Amino acid sequence: MSATPAPPPILELREVVKNFGQVHALRGVEFEVRAGEVMALVGDNGAGKSTLIKCVAGIYSIDGGEILFEGKPVSISGPKDAAKLGIEVVYQDLALCDNLDVVQNMYLGREDHDALYRLREAPMEQKTAETLASLSVTTIRSVRQPVATLSGGQRQSVAVARAVMWNNRVVFLDEPTAALGVAQTRQVLDLVKRLGEQGLAVVLVSHNLTDVFEVADRITVLRLGQDVGVYEKSATSEQEIVQAITFGKQDAEASA
Amino acid sequence: MSTAAPPEVSAAAAGQASIADIARARWEAFKGGDVGSVPVIVGIIAITLFFTAKTTIFFTAVNFSNLIGQMAGVTVIAVGIVFVLLIGEIDLSVGYVSGIGSVMVAEFQKSGSSHDYPGLVAIGLAIAVCAAIGAAQGSIIAFLGVPSFVVTLAGLLIAQGMIIYLLGTEGVIGIQDNQILDVANYVLTKNTGWIVAIVFTVVLAAGSLGTYFSRRRAGLPTGNLLLTIGRVVFYGGLTFAVVAICNHSRGVPLVGLVVVFVVVLFSYLAGRTTFGRHVYAVGGNAEAARRAGINVKLIRILCFTISGACAGLGGVILASRLNSVDLTFGGGTLLLDAISAAVIGGVSLFGGRGRVSGALFGGLIIGMISNGTDLVGSADWIKYVTTGTILLAAVTLDTVARRRQVAAGR
Repeated sequence: MSATPAPPPILELREVVKNFGQVHALRGVEFEVRAGEVMALVGDNGAGKSTLIKCVAGIYSIDGGEILFEGKPVSISGPKDAAKLGIEVVYQDLALCDNLDVVQNMYLGREDHDALYRLREAPMEQKTAETLASLSVTTIRSVRQPVATLSGGQRQSVAVARAVMWNNRVVFLDEPTAALGVAQTRQVLDLVKRLGEQGLAVVLVSHNLTDVFEVADRITVLRLGQDVGVYEKSATSEQEIVQAITFGKQDAEASA
Repeated sequence: MSTAAPPEVSAAAAGQASIADIARARWEAFKGGDVGSVPVIVGIIAITLFFTAKTTIFFTAVNFSNLIGQMAGVTVIAVGIVFVLLIGEIDLSVGYVSGIGSVMVAEFQKSGSSHDYPGLVAIGLAIAVCAAIGAAQGSIIAFLGVPSFVVTLAGLLIAQGMIIYLLGTEGVIGIQDNQILDVANYVLTKNTGWIVAIVFTVVLAAGSLGTYFSRRRAGLPTGNLLLTIGRVVFYGGLTFAVVAICNHSRGVPLVGLVVVFVVVLFSYLAGRTTFGRHVYAVGGNAEAARRAGINVKLIRILCFTISGACAGLGGVILASRLNSVDLTFGGGTLLLDAISAAVIGGVSLFGGRGRVSGALFGGLIIGMISNGTDLVGSADWIKYVTTGTILLAAVTLDTVARRRQVAAGR
């Protein structure tokens, strides 16, 4: 990947600062992700990963620096702005309604309806089935199953599928494998790879470095509200990343 | 349970499901805690058998006609309760708000007063007042975050006080307006009854088969055609049976039609519109609904408004039935009967699960117990203990079902 001239990043953060009173959650963070790549975002607890996601999602407004989308500075002052740009976040809790079925969850808040607000079930069901098929999610028996009856991996797949169904271009996945078993983690990681292959910019936030090294193209390390650096997966090792997470770059070099 | 799905069955598998597949899926769902309408049907049959054995009057055309009149008010109120329960809230004010509806309709038609309105206008105004009360309570709950239990408890007391104030020293208002009296007392002619049955069956058939064929055209998996036809024949037959029984005495009471209309209208609203979808979403996971861009506050307010409006219509029906309104209106077991009807009908107290039609079945069970114990001449305590026991059973079933569903899911 590093051999070819890199495409410009679709989403870029420059010197982004976020304070909560005296707490400096982000202290001039640089971050970027390109279309078609899986960028991992790693760091210890309190490194600022969640804050960064929420700034991009429009839940927090930034106190300094700028966010660029396709090279142009944008202001994201609410979740709607983020959605308009095509940035979608799949949070750890997935935000699914257990009592609703897969189709109903995929279209939650964006239901297809006619002038009288009557639901158009057939096109919604078709599109859901197509989306799941395009992501090779084949383990869901029926799209009319309530989400409550799905396994953890299937639920994650539904949440991810929902994020990509709306022509989104940047998808943040917050700890997508944290609560999953081995087989289901496999399912979700395959799905993450496929998203990248389909040309989306994927940001994978994870504690699990094995998962990160399996699917990510590049890895951004955050530490204490600052970015330690961006590592090409092919040119780094788990050990180097662990060092960067725990001690930062200088210390890692000093100890090497 | 779903991870073991055979790989050849993809999400897009189209075609007609076999009866065996459907039966297996239903059985799986039943074991998983989704008991559907089974307990209600078993309950209705058991109660019918019990009272038929106890008294010869119970299973007669005249009593059936009476039963429709007796259950109508509570059932309509319960329809409103369903919406509040679906979003995981409670409305304790519906009893006395329906009392307000009764007083209002009587007041607005009172001859000799400055507001001697025609019957239908009085009915509309009474329902509007109750809807406004519901909207006010809903607004406090949605905007200020005060628990619905407390807000509607306060609403209950305020409404009760208002009834006493409005009825004043006389304590009773008679109803002379024929349109209002007709609501609970008019009986359709026998031929009109048959026409209603035909129209109902045709609409039902058109709806069911229309859904089936539009899904097939779209290449989506459909239910079984034989089962679909069977369902239409069953419900159509049931409608004709009801009309036949009613026609055997005086005819179909208009109020029965009103109840069916309300149930069908609100079932449609809950099941087929974006509003209904959002109601279920708020009840299932309010935070997810909010993040999906659903106006959760508005949905909450609208549900309480529906609850108030239904209570108002229920109050009109109850007032019409007794030809006058007095201080007992809205009190007694009305509130608890209405909530019980919704819960017995399978609407979860935890929100997000249940159907509007459950109010009809629950109302039927409550009505049958009340009617039967009266006929048998049992003491009041038996009626209360029986209703209480059935309510407890329904809530227990709901709780267990919910736990099993969660267990089956993970």
